[in-house]
Amino acid sequence: MTDLRRRPHKASSSKFKRLKQDKGLYLMLLPGLIVIILFHYLPMYGAIIAFKDFNIIKGIMGSPWAGLKHFSNLLYAPEFYRVFRNTLLISIYRLVFQFPIPIILALLINEIRNVLFKRSIQTITYLPHFLSWVIVGALTIDLLSPSGGLINKVLGSIGLGPVTLMDKKYFRTVLVASQTWKEAGWSAIIYLAAISSIDTELYEAAVVDGANRWKQTLHVTLPGIRSTIVFIILLRISALMLTDVEQVLMLYNPLVYEVGDVIGTYVYRQGLGRMKYSYATAVGLFQSVVGFACLVVANRLSRKYTDTSMW
Amino acid sequence: MIIRSRGEKIFSVFNHLFLVVLAAIMLLPFLHVLAKSLSDEAAVMAGYVGLVPIGFNLRTYKYVINNYEFLRSLYVSVVVTGVGTFLHVLITSLVAYPLSRDYLVGRGPITFIFIFTMLFSGGLIPTYLVVKGLGLVDTLGALIFPGIFSVFNMIILRNYFASIPDSLEEAAKIDGCSHLGIFFRIMLPLSMPAIATVCVYTAVGYWNNYFSALIYINSRNLYPLAMYLRQVVVDTSSQLVDLNPEISNLNPQSVRNATVIASTVPIIVVYPFLQKYFISGIMLGAVKE
Repeated sequence: MTDLRRRPHKASSSKFKRLKQDKGLYLMLLPGLIVIILFHYLPMYGAIIAFKDFNIIKGIMGSPWAGLKHFSNLLYAPEFYRVFRNTLLISIYRLVFQFPIPIILALLINEIRNVLFKRSIQTITYLPHFLSWVIVGALTIDLLSPSGGLINKVLGSIGLGPVTLMDKKYFRTVLVASQTWKEAGWSAIIYLAAISSIDTELYEAAVVDGANRWKQTLHVTLPGIRSTIVFIILLRISALMLTDVEQVLMLYNPLVYEVGDVIGTYVYRQGLGRMKYSYATAVGLFQSVVGFACLVVANRLSRKYTDTSMW
Repeated sequence: MIIRSRGEKIFSVFNHLFLVVLAAIMLLPFLHVLAKSLSDEAAVMAGYVGLVPIGFNLRTYKYVINNYEFLRSLYVSVVVTGVGTFLHVLITSLVAYPLSRDYLVGRGPITFIFIFTMLFSGGLIPTYLVVKGLGLVDTLGALIFPGIFSVFNMIILRNYFASIPDSLEEAAKIDGCSHLGIFFRIMLPLSMPAIATVCVYTAVGYWNNYFSALIYINSRNLYPLAMYLRQVVVDTSSQLVDLNPEISNLNPQSVRNATVIASTVPIIVVYPFLQKYFISGIMLGAVKE
């Protein structure tokens, strides 16, 4: 307590005092700081091997510089265009086909009055989100098995199919569909939360004006969750360069590389499979830089069109 | 109360029906695999099994739960998930608390140093080389340490800490309590809902991750359950038959089905109890600064 009375007047020394007083707080940051330096900032530094001919014995520092060789190699590699196109296309398909489903689901769940029924539907549709891609992949492989997979049996009985994981025509469809199956329920939560925060007076006013449920949905609910919808679209745009590698690695095979190989899986095979460390790092760096640019653009749009920004 | 037109009643009926069908679509793949795992091999091979087991038996399950590799990978998963979740929540909340204090000098720049790791990444290969350089390859450390901090969870916890009234902290300070003491004795106990949510997210993340094991782990005796299951599913018959002579009278597909179900059971069992924490996390994360 005596300290307080002897507090110095100058602002700079009071700042210093604060630092000293809050030493404990800075110490608490330390373990986390060490973790992100080791596993995030050190790899960012290590990414300079994209500009070197990395040799595991000479290490990051000792390996000779290679300039932009790996980046020009990448621009001449037909495989690179393939994985770039696939990554982008799969993201766009997800944006177009997968994105509206949780909104519709949230609107439908919101119309249910019976609490028990509502709860059960929610519980069941959220469940797949918590399963590993290994399990969901295994279920997908089983359902699409050319010899007696359930989906192919149903399709066969109406004269369609078969849809298999070896078929280039359907591979991206399978990726988007299995992900929708896994995530649709879970993604609906954020819209349900947005719907529940809409002022109930708006609905009462709409009823007074003679609006039925459909009109209420159109003129109250949808405008009420508009900013959430925009925000989610922007989040998706910021992740255009990312594909769920755990999913693709579970489902793809060399027969469908042409349509299913994405940047993440390509980096994995080139880098860890064929030990082309520098080249794979260059591909990864390209992904990170373009991804970062998408993020910055999306965040700027988000600030402009909604009140939320990601940072 | 609410006046319902005929159109609305018809919609309501269809809506209920539609959601029931949807729930069925979510459950059918499991029920189908479950039925197959409980059926006679011949019926499975012939493709007769739909949703009801034919020739009910538990032979494949007996094999799976007595399988040394399955039990060992289950053990690895429990250790990695337990230790990883504990350390993750400790380190992440230790970062979140100081960053929730608005008087912390340099709070903005320090927060950015942490958040930037979410925006930009050095990539898979440099991260692999660091983990290798630290001597973690082929140890459980490689499965635990790289995922031991998360920006997303940090933001959830920071928002929660920030919502706790300042007066509690001030009162404790007057009583001579240190920052660390305030954190462990006041803030953590008061933040149990947020801590529980983050624990659940983290545990699910560790439990389901197979990619880390794929890149960092070479020896099969360190495979977590997800990675073991991947082997069973992707490399179909080869090692199952080679390594386990006694299996030859069981159909590999049935063993695979039983392993899938046995690996899903732990999640299905805990899921209903933890569900409320999953959902509250979404709300906590959405709270603005």
